[in-house]
Amino acid sequence: MFLSIATTYRPATDLGFLLHKHPDRLHEIELTFGKALLFYPEAEQTRCEATLVLDVDPIGLVRGKGRADGLLDQYVNDRPYAASSFLSVALNKAFRTAMSGVCNARQELAGSVIPLEAVVTPLPMRGGEKLLRALFEPLDWRVEIDPVAGPDGAGSSLYARLRLTGEARLSALLNHLYVLIPVMDDAKHYWVGDDEIDKLLARGEGWLDRHPSKELIVRRYLRHRGILARAALARLAPETEEEAAETGSRVAAEDAIEAPIRLNDERMTAVVEALRAAGAKSIADLGCGEGKLLQQLVRERWVERLVGLDPAANVLERAVKRLKLNQPGGPPEGRVLLLHGSLTYRDERWAGVDAAALVEVIEHLDPDRLPLVERVVFGEHRPPVVVVTTPNAEYNALFPTLAAGAFRHPDHRFEWTRAEFEAWAGRIASTYGYRTSVGGIGRRDDLLGAPTQMAVFSR
Amino acid sequence: MRIDIPDFSLVVLIGSTGSGKSTFAAKHFLPTEIISSDRCRGLVADDETDQGVTVDAFDLVREIAGKRLKHRKLAVLDATNVRTADRKPWIELARKWHALPVAIVIDPGIDVCIERNRTRPERNFGGQVVQRMTSEIRRGLGGLQREGFRQVWKLSGVDSIEGAAVTRQPLWTDKRHDRGPFDIIGDVHGCADEFQALLARLGYRVEWSGDGDRSVKVTPPEGRKAIFVGDLVDRGPNSPDVLRIAMSMTADGIAYAVQGNHDRKLERWLAGRNVTIAHGLQQTIDQLAGEDRSFRDAVKNFLDDLRSHVWIDGGRLAVAHAGLKEEMIGRGSGAVREFALFGETTGETDEFGLPVRADWAASYRGPTTVVYGHTPVVRADWVNNTLCIDTGCVFGGKLTALRWPEKELVDVPAVQVWSEPIRPLRAPPASASAQADADEVLDIRDVSGRRWIDTELKGRVVVAEENAAAALEAMSRFSLAPQWLAYLPPTMSPSETSARDGWLERPEEAFAHFRERGIDEVVCEEKHMGSRAVIALCTTAEAARARFGIAGEETGAIWTRTGRAFFNESATTEALLARLRSAVQDAGLWDELSTDWLLFDAEIMPWSAKAGSLIESQYAPVAASSRAGLAAAVEALAQAGSRGLETSDIRNRFIDRARRAELYGKAWAPYVWPVKGVDDLKVAPFHLLASEGRVWFDQDHVWHMNLADRLATSANGVVTRTQWRTVALVSEEATRDAIGWWEDVTAGGGEGMVVKPRAFIAKGKRGLIQPALKVRGQEYLRIIYGPEYDVPENLVRLRERSLGGKRNLALREFALGHEALKRFVAREPLRRVHECVFAVLALESEPIDPRL
Repeated sequence: MFLSIATTYRPATDLGFLLHKHPDRLHEIELTFGKALLFYPEAEQTRCEATLVLDVDPIGLVRGKGRADGLLDQYVNDRPYAASSFLSVALNKAFRTAMSGVCNARQELAGSVIPLEAVVTPLPMRGGEKLLRALFEPLDWRVEIDPVAGPDGAGSSLYARLRLTGEARLSALLNHLYVLIPVMDDAKHYWVGDDEIDKLLARGEGWLDRHPSKELIVRRYLRHRGILARAALARLAPETEEEAAETGSRVAAEDAIEAPIRLNDERMTAVVEALRAAGAKSIADLGCGEGKLLQQLVRERWVERLVGLDPAANVLERAVKRLKLNQPGGPPEGRVLLLHGSLTYRDERWAGVDAAALVEVIEHLDPDRLPLVERVVFGEHRPPVVVVTTPNAEYNALFPTLAAGAFRHPDHRFEWTRAEFEAWAGRIASTYGYRTSVGGIGRRDDLLGAPTQMAVFSR
Repeated sequence: MRIDIPDFSLVVLIGSTGSGKSTFAAKHFLPTEIISSDRCRGLVADDETDQGVTVDAFDLVREIAGKRLKHRKLAVLDATNVRTADRKPWIELARKWHALPVAIVIDPGIDVCIERNRTRPERNFGGQVVQRMTSEIRRGLGGLQREGFRQVWKLSGVDSIEGAAVTRQPLWTDKRHDRGPFDIIGDVHGCADEFQALLARLGYRVEWSGDGDRSVKVTPPEGRKAIFVGDLVDRGPNSPDVLRIAMSMTADGIAYAVQGNHDRKLERWLAGRNVTIAHGLQQTIDQLAGEDRSFRDAVKNFLDDLRSHVWIDGGRLAVAHAGLKEEMIGRGSGAVREFALFGETTGETDEFGLPVRADWAASYRGPTTVVYGHTPVVRADWVNNTLCIDTGCVFGGKLTALRWPEKELVDVPAVQVWSEPIRPLRAPPASASAQADADEVLDIRDVSGRRWIDTELKGRVVVAEENAAAALEAMSRFSLAPQWLAYLPPTMSPSETSARDGWLERPEEAFAHFRERGIDEVVCEEKHMGSRAVIALCTTAEAARARFGIAGEETGAIWTRTGRAFFNESATTEALLARLRSAVQDAGLWDELSTDWLLFDAEIMPWSAKAGSLIESQYAPVAASSRAGLAAAVEALAQAGSRGLETSDIRNRFIDRARRAELYGKAWAPYVWPVKGVDDLKVAPFHLLASEGRVWFDQDHVWHMNLADRLATSANGVVTRTQWRTVALVSEEATRDAIGWWEDVTAGGGEGMVVKPRAFIAKGKRGLIQPALKVRGQEYLRIIYGPEYDVPENLVRLRERSLGGKRNLALREFALGHEALKRFVAREPLRRVHECVFAVLALESEPIDPRL
């Protein structure tokens, strides 16, 4: 990865003082992941340019040093080459003093606004040109973007050569780069520690709090902590890794789409009400995820026993935390049971409940596996009451942020219209001997119905 | 006195303190069989006389006894067991585990007990205790049978106690010593003609003698015995003759008969009990009206003597009228008898007013084969190692026998409909077989937790709980239905690391690996750079439904090494299957292998067809970013050099790095081409895994590659030819040739080659040998290890790679895959196939360097 900083302030060679690095020497800076080279391709009175080149050790990155673990993700990747938080780390190491705005030799200059220019390449373009401009232009930088072409011209949207020009204090430029390069990269950083929040606040002092994209910057900057929890799954299916890494953001995406109408809250309330009305005392939340429904139910006095079932072990761990299981102050032992399991298998551990809830679950099943799940739930376990919710595909037209024909969540295998859901519910009822009533949750549109559909089965 | 107890029972000793129970127990039973309440007090509280821990000590007694009974081990309870209330839990425990409760009362007399206690300081509690206990025991004696004890033995006086001998008898149902062979015959229901016809077909000679006194003599084929599953009588035209044959055969020791519900009802009627006459009993009563008293008495005795079930052939087989649960086999209790007679019902009744039967066989998991009747079915179908052979002869079906151990079905058709069924015979299920129907729902117990799977090739393979957990989500959310997944391919290890400058892998090491393990000849196959695929190919959708037990219209399936559908669109899958089907047709394989389905292990090209997103998200970014950053650095270094800075060493290094980045960008070009439709896809099969009745691991790789060559000659061109050759490892020339060939292949953009022992399953002195090793080319490895992997200082570090884990994994997965196929072909229950396939997926979650 490559970064250059240039100025046309006269004498431009004062840049060497500001950076505390002599223009006529080649500087080598040792880093945990390799080293950085700092040198000046140009050092004239009219223009001076310092270049920081990262020489990352690609093998060391994977293997780790000594007995320490390297990247668990041992596939080849762009980390040794693309501008990322590595570059921020190198900036901090090479220009720590300059970044804090201190310069004993030229303190006045360090505090002055001077003409500056910076080039970063290859900068990952996660969020595209629009985001890149939204990050730097509010900070008064002129932004030039040149796509970086792949070997056969492909992948040209992935990286760019970014050129910033403007007038600012040098420390401001360095701090902007320090924070915003990882934000554009938006990828895993493997050495994120607890002090990362402090660093962000320190580097963002004086500009981040009034940046219009403040929230996005903070979210992306701190996002990828603890992401490796799903390493086991990723090893099984490398092609899902991307998806695994993105799970958080995608759930957020569905929530974001539905957030303006507070659909999630309404859904939970409606399901809890349906279960209460059915007189259920013991309830299984099938596909409980992080336990949002369980969290609502555990507060209800009429609920005696709760079971949560989910195939994703890491999600269940989050549910354990959310529900404060096995913690002082949490629910009494035996009231809530979380099970790692799947609806594609018969499972005696959740047998004998009064009711089961499948909230936004069926649309995550491949249509050809759905009959099996139907049989397990309605044919084998046969709880007296089953509550099923699923999106109403017709209503999608009313979500402004959702493209036409798109599903609300990338993992949805289907989304049904009201007619399709009603037909399904009717078939289940007649096949397995249930009565059913189908309705909607959320604000009802006259033409397109309610955003969420709910069926209550009973026998 | 000889105390004759069943060898599987719960023996409850009853006696006052000081009566000598422990001495008696130690004399007649193994130390491990005796569970003493005093001993358990000691275990709980370090003091065998501590009365304060009695409740917990007895919990422990119950727990230990329960575990022994669960494992069908005799248990002896050494406690005073004075009151009815003390004994009640033991009766319940025996009932729970279907063990016979036996009471042995030990009463040497009050004085003897007091005297004994006097000499034991810890039991110095005076005479009243003994007196009270003894009198309480004596009062309760008469009621012991009523409490539920099946045997009560009373030993009064010292002599009687000391003179007692305990002997053990097998349960009446336990005939494990009898190894057969057997012919198990379904519900006869008085169909005497069909019965005799079936016996004749099985090779039994039936000779009647006399006119007045009808008697019969049956001669079996050498060494064989018959087993009747019960319901010999009722509904049919001639129950008396059926009884005559069955009684004669059992009396001669050439048949076993278990009791059916009709047999029992007839016996109760004969005994003068009040029974409802229905379900064909009237016919039998009428037929017996003409028989004399002695015959009727003989029938009554015969029927009264019938057992609930018979457990036979070393424990491999159990026969019961209505079936038996695993935990009931070879045991005795009221519940066992009821189950064996009537099976399990849900408590509901159907539209014909008959009890709805619970499908115990669907959840049967036992190793013992259970053969039963009772429920008429159209066709005898195996389900989870159980078989119902009541094919409704009396209702106009047929009379069926199972030959054991041959597992061969023999039947004769009914002469006519003798009785109209109340409920129509259960129609064959919509799916292809009863097993497929039972298999539709798998149980979480079959896959979760720590698991042990016995494989033919590698013994017991262990799957850790966390690995199984990791596989659960992948299997349930992303993979194809388990019905398709008869196989997942094993991982493959690379050859040992080459020490030669500039190389990480070379053929020399692969050849040496096999040579050192005693392999003379290997097969080298070009390794196509595509994506691994397992292909299930059927002649028709009907054949697919019949063999794979799926419900849809698919004519096969194609899945990845993690069990996911290879193509997102089923139309693509079907189009490719159609082409493969015609290639197989052209090669004449359907007829030659007499099969209507085939399972192939193959590679599908291009790589980009499946890995397109991987290239886009993983490899292309590396190429683009490494080029861009390094080029900018080279330029800046040149500029710095031109103003006199000494940068030439560093510049040269960056020039070299930039060159490798360029090579990286080109490395996968040969493996990528646009796919617009199925025409652009190529398939390279390299193993024929299985077909009807056969796992093809017994054929060597030359056979498999010849088959692949034949498929490649098909005109439709979907199968691409794989270059391959055999190499005699003893010949220096042959190995040199092969190395040259590999160098050519890889220099021309090929991925590399796979080296396999000629035999599919190769074993050496230390067991199973790697089924294959891959030797990858230099440029291909660049894709995997990164642009700069072959810089000398990087290569030095990359050589330190450990292959042990990968190799071990490859062997375990190979054994599991073979096991899965073997079970699949033998039509074992799906859970038995699925557990192997699930285990392969689970093992794949072990942390192994993915670049190997």
